[in-house]
Amino acid sequence: MDFFIQILIAAVGMGTPLLFATLGGVISERAGVINLGMEGLMLVGALVAFVVMLNTGSYFYAVVAATVVSGLVSMIHGIVCLMLRASQIASGLALTFLGTGLSGLFGDKLMGETVEPLSRISIPGLHAIPVLGPVLFNQDILVYFSYLCVVLSWWMLFKTRLGLNIRSIGEAPEVCDSLGLSVLSYRFYAVTAGGMLIGIGGAYFPLALTPFWVDGITAGRGWIAVALVIFAFWHPIKALGGAYLFGFALALELRLQILGIDLSPYFLKMLPYVLTILVLTLVTIRNNRYGIQVMPAALGTVFFRGEKH
Amino acid sequence: MFAKITGLIVTIFLILGSSVWAGKPSVGFVYVGPIGDGGWTYAHDLGRKALEAAGHETSYVESVPEGDSERVIRKMARKHDIVFTTSFGYMDPTLKVAKQHPDKVFLHCSGFKQDKNMANYFGRMYQAKYLAAIIAGGMSKKGRIGIVGSQPIPEIIRHINSIALGAQQSNPDIEVEVLWINSWFDPAKESDAAQALIDNGADVIVTMADSAATVQVSKKNGVYAIGNDTDMAIYGKEAHLTAAVWNWDVYYLEAVKAVENGTWKAGSDWWGLDSGIVGLTSFHPDVPQSLIRKMNKERGKILSGAMDVFDHGFTKQDGTRVTKALTDGEMLGMKFYVKGIISKPPSG
Repeated sequence: MDFFIQILIAAVGMGTPLLFATLGGVISERAGVINLGMEGLMLVGALVAFVVMLNTGSYFYAVVAATVVSGLVSMIHGIVCLMLRASQIASGLALTFLGTGLSGLFGDKLMGETVEPLSRISIPGLHAIPVLGPVLFNQDILVYFSYLCVVLSWWMLFKTRLGLNIRSIGEAPEVCDSLGLSVLSYRFYAVTAGGMLIGIGGAYFPLALTPFWVDGITAGRGWIAVALVIFAFWHPIKALGGAYLFGFALALELRLQILGIDLSPYFLKMLPYVLTILVLTLVTIRNNRYGIQVMPAALGTVFFRGEKH
Repeated sequence: MFAKITGLIVTIFLILGSSVWAGKPSVGFVYVGPIGDGGWTYAHDLGRKALEAAGHETSYVESVPEGDSERVIRKMARKHDIVFTTSFGYMDPTLKVAKQHPDKVFLHCSGFKQDKNMANYFGRMYQAKYLAAIIAGGMSKKGRIGIVGSQPIPEIIRHINSIALGAQQSNPDIEVEVLWINSWFDPAKESDAAQALIDNGADVIVTMADSAATVQVSKKNGVYAIGNDTDMAIYGKEAHLTAAVWNWDVYYLEAVKAVENGTWKAGSDWWGLDSGIVGLTSFHPDVPQSLIRKMNKERGKILSGAMDVFDHGFTKQDGTRVTKALTDGEMLGMKFYVKGIISKPPSG
């Protein structure tokens, strides 16, 4: 039983950066903007968080700085693909290269520096619940913050006018434009807010998982998050399930070996992407056969004001 | 007619020009990880810096995926006289580019394929691992060493076996558990693997992966760790017993000099402890002198050539006894575990 709980605890730890990044992606894509720059933004967030943590010793400042800087960097994506109307795919990829390069460049001198990782805080009362208690309610503060972010982004997207506007712009920007909503502003804010969350996902690496700086610290998690946004049907609550499922797969791979169970590592490694392809297939089938639209209809499209389509 | 002759002369000069070194040969490096990994690639880059200090023009490309390396290797071959490719997976792409650039010299690290202008090189890191494990085995109170394995290839299996045999020098009953992360570099997963090993009872962690994440986790859990490839003490000196490290400069300076002098020949270099290409860093203050003496005795035997790790008999995990010394070929293709390792060997 302890062994099983340890897997779940590790799954939440591994899933948390994915969760932040996926939530960021969901918000951005709900407004119709694909962000393939997640890996780069996570690295920027990770570097900024580490540098600030190192110099101030404050987790709070570290997270705030990572949020602000990755928000600023994601604005580049906003400017390029919204105002300059470049391809979102190309701009996102460029953002990944930019983030990877910037973090490598500025992180060059940080080798060997370490910080104290976030400590676990157990929530009185809740942590005594069997299984769920130690897994969900004996974690660090950023994990609790991620729960809050899930609830807040769900509430924002589905229960507020702001969320309705964002979702509508992701579905039918021309209609929203005719109703007087500024498509570009909403999209720009969504990309920026999404970028901020992705940055926190990056910050989780040096603040909790691996409390030092090493080039490429996220090791491709940003790409898994890109896939997770689709896997989660562009929904914050499902993003939680998806992120933890993938975290579970990462944690399971190691623990299966302890149990002496032979499962090809290549199978587990390709699992996120296979599942994503399956989900995409499902989405398309449902769309074609039943007319159930899950993917934001205007996702990835360039919006030209006043032009007929 | 005149133009044709001129063209021919120019071509001849170009061919001659490229085969005669203009000054010191320039050297290109293709790295699998970032130079800031504080491990494998960082160690190679220290070697490159030594060449730079010796007056060679160098450049490098880092984080080159093995599957996409051919393009980068070709680019380096156009730019430089000598190209070092420093990951196992670069072997076939390097061979292909070497055939297309017969006037350039290619050196591939950790592989086995060669050509007229392509050599492979490596160091007997397993000797250093063996010595480090003597320390690890002596420092484990619970009698269990946890190894974070990277990619399950013969090289890493050889290192793991050396660690088991070395640790048995200090504690014949030591148990060695291995977890494969199936990646060269993934700090979060390396951490998680170290944590899983510690949760399962290990109190000395040895990593085969490229980052210092395991040293950090060991420090947090109050257990010891052995660093990999470079000195990782800066990441947690409380935990860091020693590290088995690469000193690539020893080889790079020698190989490049041979090319410069025209004495270079394609072959397979597998340098040992005696050359200085591998070694140990300074020890944790907790390590008792008696243990260091024990390790030094074994080191002396390896240095003098009296003994090597796999040449004086050992027992495989399945209980069969190997009495003959293993050849280099057998060591390069190692797929079995020795006795004392409690995990199952990787399949395939």
